[in-house]
Amino acid sequence: MQSISKSIPKRDHFPKISGRAKYVDDLQIEGLLHGKILRSSVACAEINEILIPDLPNGYFVIDKNDVPGVNSVHVVDDDTPVFSDGTVNYVGEAILMVAGRDLKVVNQILKQIKVIYHEKQPVLDMMKSDTIFYQYGYTKGDWESAFRDADKIIEEDFQTGYQEHVYMEVQGMIGSYENGKAIIRGTMQCPYYVHTAVKRAMGFESDKVQVIQEEMGGAFGGKEDYPSILGCQVAVAAYKTGKPVKVILDRNEDITCSPKRHPAKMHYRAAIKNGEVTGIDADVVYDCGAFTTLSPVVLQRGLICATGVYDFKNLRVRGKAVKTNTVPNGAFRGFGGPQTFFSIEMFMDHLAKEIGLDSVRLKERMVVKQGDDSATSGKYHFHVPFPAMIEKLDQISGFRKKRETFRHQTGRYRSGIGISLVYHGCGFTGSGERDLIKGVVKVVKNTDDTVELLTAGTDMGQGLKTVFAKIASDTLGIPLEQVIVQNPDTDRVPNSGPTAASRSLMVVGKLLQRAAEKLKQDWKPGEYQEVVEKYVHPDFMIPWDLSKFQGDPYPDYSWSANAVEVKVDTLTATTEIVGAWGVYDVGTPIDMAIIIGQMQGGFLQGIGYGSMELLGVNEKGVIRNNSFSDYIIPTSMDVPNLVTEVVENTYDNGPFGGKGAGELPAVGGAPAFVEAMENALGVNLHHTPFSQEDAMKVLEALKK
Amino acid sequence: MNDLIHFTLNGEKVTSDRSANERLLDVLREDFKLTGVKCGCKEGECGACSVLLDGVLANSCMVAMGSIEGSEVVTIEGYSETKRFQALSDAYAQTSAVQCGFCIPGMVLACEALLAKNPNPTDAEIRKGISGNLCRCTGYNAIVEAVKIAAREGKGLW
Repeated sequence: MQSISKSIPKRDHFPKISGRAKYVDDLQIEGLLHGKILRSSVACAEINEILIPDLPNGYFVIDKNDVPGVNSVHVVDDDTPVFSDGTVNYVGEAILMVAGRDLKVVNQILKQIKVIYHEKQPVLDMMKSDTIFYQYGYTKGDWESAFRDADKIIEEDFQTGYQEHVYMEVQGMIGSYENGKAIIRGTMQCPYYVHTAVKRAMGFESDKVQVIQEEMGGAFGGKEDYPSILGCQVAVAAYKTGKPVKVILDRNEDITCSPKRHPAKMHYRAAIKNGEVTGIDADVVYDCGAFTTLSPVVLQRGLICATGVYDFKNLRVRGKAVKTNTVPNGAFRGFGGPQTFFSIEMFMDHLAKEIGLDSVRLKERMVVKQGDDSATSGKYHFHVPFPAMIEKLDQISGFRKKRETFRHQTGRYRSGIGISLVYHGCGFTGSGERDLIKGVVKVVKNTDDTVELLTAGTDMGQGLKTVFAKIASDTLGIPLEQVIVQNPDTDRVPNSGPTAASRSLMVVGKLLQRAAEKLKQDWKPGEYQEVVEKYVHPDFMIPWDLSKFQGDPYPDYSWSANAVEVKVDTLTATTEIVGAWGVYDVGTPIDMAIIIGQMQGGFLQGIGYGSMELLGVNEKGVIRNNSFSDYIIPTSMDVPNLVTEVVENTYDNGPFGGKGAGELPAVGGAPAFVEAMENALGVNLHHTPFSQEDAMKVLEALKK
Repeated sequence: MNDLIHFTLNGEKVTSDRSANERLLDVLREDFKLTGVKCGCKEGECGACSVLLDGVLANSCMVAMGSIEGSEVVTIEGYSETKRFQALSDAYAQTSAVQCGFCIPGMVLACEALLAKNPNPTDAEIRKGISGNLCRCTGYNAIVEAVKIAAREGKGLW
């Protein structure tokens, strides 16, 4: 283990554990108004009329007519309105806000407002949508010949459901307007995304918008795009009322209107010849919901991942992201990868059965290695440590022996163990780092020789403040206590880019390391010094061409091998998760306990996605289970123990050899769990989440 | 005086003029500014608002003010002044069990409620003891490990 990997107490440990850390809802602000948003109760309609009662003194209604700039929120495209433009497109869309001193009065006013809708037939089924927001495709090799010359062609359909982030702290923002300046503070991953969006909605210059991140109670991607929407709404409300306005969503409201993981339907075909998989063809549909938000990039990552970690010589991948009258979906740890990874992993399990091999044997035989072409005709430039990772996985889980044992089971209780091999591409997809983000960091040395790291990076619990401080302290050779890292404020920090895409450590951390190296060379005790460092695109990368969907979408990849073991009671369909094991390559861990915490937390989210996290939408487009009573996530009792190990595979372009980590563990849990269920039940399975009810259906069908 | 609710809060005698059907959670956060008590769901499912009510772990969003007359309420603000807290905090620091931190004040009180009854819990007992407190970040291992460390290194405190 490298010395930097040795764990230290996290910087935010004490303020958080003692309850002293201030999240946005904890701030005490003079003269604050409470805002509550009136949301559409129907999925698709024109608004004919809104009947608003007489308002008590000091209470306000804020709507589209109060937006001083453009009534749209910039995310990737600009189709999301700040407040409804006269139509509503999903249940939960923001129509207007009521704000005033007393939240109870605000809620009473909200109940009295009547919206007269002219309802239209909503589109709720992604396969029936006639609006394609985005569409991409690519091929490699001679896929047509592979299918023409095949001995056998196998076709299967796969489906993955919604996943709700369940960050423990709901979405919340405070907007204020002072001296011609809009100030936004709250829970957010990307202060500069909020800054850009608010600037546009308000029609203000850059220096008239200030965005401050407060302590963040989890995000997992869920606070990448939505804070831009809420940020615009509170900015407009503060502008109209002249008072600070706070909006904290209720949990039910949050589940109803904040983005989720895109549901997906996927059709896969494989060409088989002489016992080999010679071609693969994937056709993917992602359900965007009513607005585009981050969907183009989510779909791109999904398509890049569509053929998994395998070296298919001939392939075709096509996909589209379509509109439905449902809540807009967005970023969620894995960002489009978990859907297609689920499909390719399950498909490989099924193809192995066709060929007469154990699925792990087929996967091991086909897994990529350094120097191979990637699916998008880029290259795996660096060592791919799968053979060692699979060996380690076997050592800790004993999966090879267990699979043999579980092959011949009788009796009421049946066991199964599933294996998945996945990656997560590190950093922004395609040429985003070079062309869109162009990250900048600033390192400041004060006259007392303390060093402050100025970036837009946000700590949502993943440990960013701690690892950034370690990188600077180790590079400069100064004590950790001498390094200052604060929550970003756009008035003070340069735009180092969003805290997303598993990019912060690898990309922003590297910029900090470079800046610290320069400062060290030029260190002048007692003097104020500044070093600014800008992103440099790695020159080894094969340029990404989005129009052809070809090239290197990422400089490097993080890898994982996962195993989940289950025991199913075939009488009651009750499933017990007996064990869960994960082996990860995230480059050099910059802090071992932080990395292990990331791996375990993500792994459990992935197992939840595969097993129990079911979100349903009814025939009116209403989310049926928008509460913690009905949307179920794993508790401490659902998995007995998560056994996680890392293999060290230094990435030279990351700080101290580190690369992307945060999203990787959320990718492999679902396919490993569902393959374990396949083993136990003796059938092929095709969807997430695979619940107890699903297991019961399979068992009932087997009886007949 | 007759229309006030009297209770002990973090060791001090206090009163509240809120109506009997208000949530303890809202009174703690809004009137007493005890913002270490977090609101995650307002339906007793997540445990972020956990407090100790007469020594028993309770979701303060599910406690009506009318039911606490004469009771003793301890929040993280009060508990964090104790040696037991220090032992748990040191243990959580060792395993980096605090990620986003939002569930943590409630989680720490759940650990206290467990250790007060069972100073040497097994893994399974710990998992059961914290099962009413949701954590979305850690996967729970680091918290389970921290409780074991606190039980070992804080011997005699519970």
